Amino acid sequence: MAATVLAKVPASPAAAHAMGAVAVSVRGVDVVFGGDKTAVTALAGVSVDIPVGSLVTMIGPSGCGKSTLLRTIADLVPASAGEITVLGRSPQEARRERNFSFVFQDATLLPWRSAIDNVRLPLEVGGGGSAHAEPAELLKLVGLAGRERALPAELSGGMRQRVAIARALVSRPKILLMDEPFGALDEITRDKLNEELLRIWQETGTTIMFVTHSIPEAAFLGQHVLVLASHPGRVKEFMTIDLPYPRRLAVRDTLEFVRITARLRQLLEEC
Amino acid sequence: MADTAHRTSALPNQGLFAFADRLRDKWPAIAAVIGLLTFWQLIVWGFSVPTYMAPSPVEVLNAFRQDGWTLWANFWPTLFEALLGFIFGNLVAILLAVWFVHSRTAERAFYPIAVFINTIPIIAVAPILVLIFGNGIAPKIIIAALICFFPTLVNMVRGLKAVTPATLDLMRVLSASQSEIFWKVRIQSSLPFLFAALKIASTTCVIGAIVAEWIGSNFGLGALIIEATYNFRAPLLYATVFTAALLAVSLFSLVSIAETRLIKWKASDVH
Repeated sequence: MAATVLAKVPASPAAAHAMGAVAVSVRGVDVVFGGDKTAVTALAGVSVDIPVGSLVTMIGPSGCGKSTLLRTIADLVPASAGEITVLGRSPQEARRERNFSFVFQDATLLPWRSAIDNVRLPLEVGGGGSAHAEPAELLKLVGLAGRERALPAELSGGMRQRVAIARALVSRPKILLMDEPFGALDEITRDKLNEELLRIWQETGTTIMFVTHSIPEAAFLGQHVLVLASHPGRVKEFMTIDLPYPRRLAVRDTLEFVRITARLRQLLEEC
Repeated sequence: MADTAHRTSALPNQGLFAFADRLRDKWPAIAAVIGLLTFWQLIVWGFSVPTYMAPSPVEVLNAFRQDGWTLWANFWPTLFEALLGFIFGNLVAILLAVWFVHSRTAERAFYPIAVFINTIPIIAVAPILVLIFGNGIAPKIIIAALICFFPTLVNMVRGLKAVTPATLDLMRVLSASQSEIFWKVRIQSSLPFLFAALKIASTTCVIGAIVAEWIGSNFGLGALIIEATYNFRAPLLYATVFTAALLAVSLFSLVSIAETRLIKWKASDVH
């Protein structure tokens, strides 16, 4: 079990620049839900280091705790044991400092706010954070220039998720935590957003942790894939994907990509 | 012809054409009303129905002309009572709902009492209040307020709680304070629920004021209804009933206009 593996080959300029530095460090973390008798162990002894500037996808059978791990890092779920540091701080401090942003499966936009006002929300609450990007620029970055005044109900599912990504980027987070953000979208929209996420990652140099239940998505996006096993949730493998960036969708038709997904599928079957 | 008119009215600022077009949409309703009134008039004539039993539309119209001053003088007290009842009843309901959402104990303590008060028939409460407050304006306002109170309380509590767990997660990741969550999320999400209740209240507050005037009053539309009935002045009775209905419809329209001005978005699960 390769639980703590650092990136050996820098695959993007950002990663090369910060090689060796750790964005998120998870040490022997257990997460137990419920009381004494009904206790459910969601995570048991999970340890992993996420290098600064990397894009790590997380995959595993349902119930393996991949979302729980992400939510524990985001200070939405407390760890029962072990230690998590986000840029050397506790998750709570990192949350207060706006070191990370979270993108949920649902876009969770406020329906009464226009696209641009939804992007502004993080600047209006919780002290607003210190640094911030221009909301209009971010909407341009996610391909929604001209739709600033549109209400969420007037946007498609894919467009709403783009707004959610722009909102996550507005406080210039160092880390982006994404919990199956494209899981509810159709495949064509999903492919397009996958390519755009890679572009945004390379433009911003943000560290990204991305939970998915799609093997091709995990392999296409990830610099590394964290494979989790279930009952209880634990690290099965931290696999490095040796495909150069920028990646285009066509890379999925190469023999190398098929070999990687076959390997991932095999790992998941062993879980 | 009609087709041409429709096409021209599709252009903006075509005053007369736009009016003609609206008329074109409404004509079935207008024709139905005229038809029913004619039918009513014919029945009264054909069967020689005595006026004290059922007056013809023409006689009711005459009553509006002859007793116009009486109707006008009695319209204002009822409007005043209904309006003040509407304001107080809804205000108390809204404030109580806010308290319930912040304090589970308060909700447990007072919600059953609110349900109990709601189950007492308003017509039974009216004499009690008249005994306590005399036959002035106070018991009418209280009854109008009581009748508005419950639907608004229930809907407002539901509206303030109609925030998805994902939205609360988002606000937590943004380190939003409780008051920020209340003002930025809960209040906004409750508005469609609130207006659904206010629309009900806008018509029931008029009923409350009139019922209260029946029990003990010598002014207002309710008192006029009683007086007209005892004196077999059927045309005046009908005219009073129409005036009361007109009052309720006007209040309803005002609330509807306010709703469309304030809420540009559609909530998913408001009845």
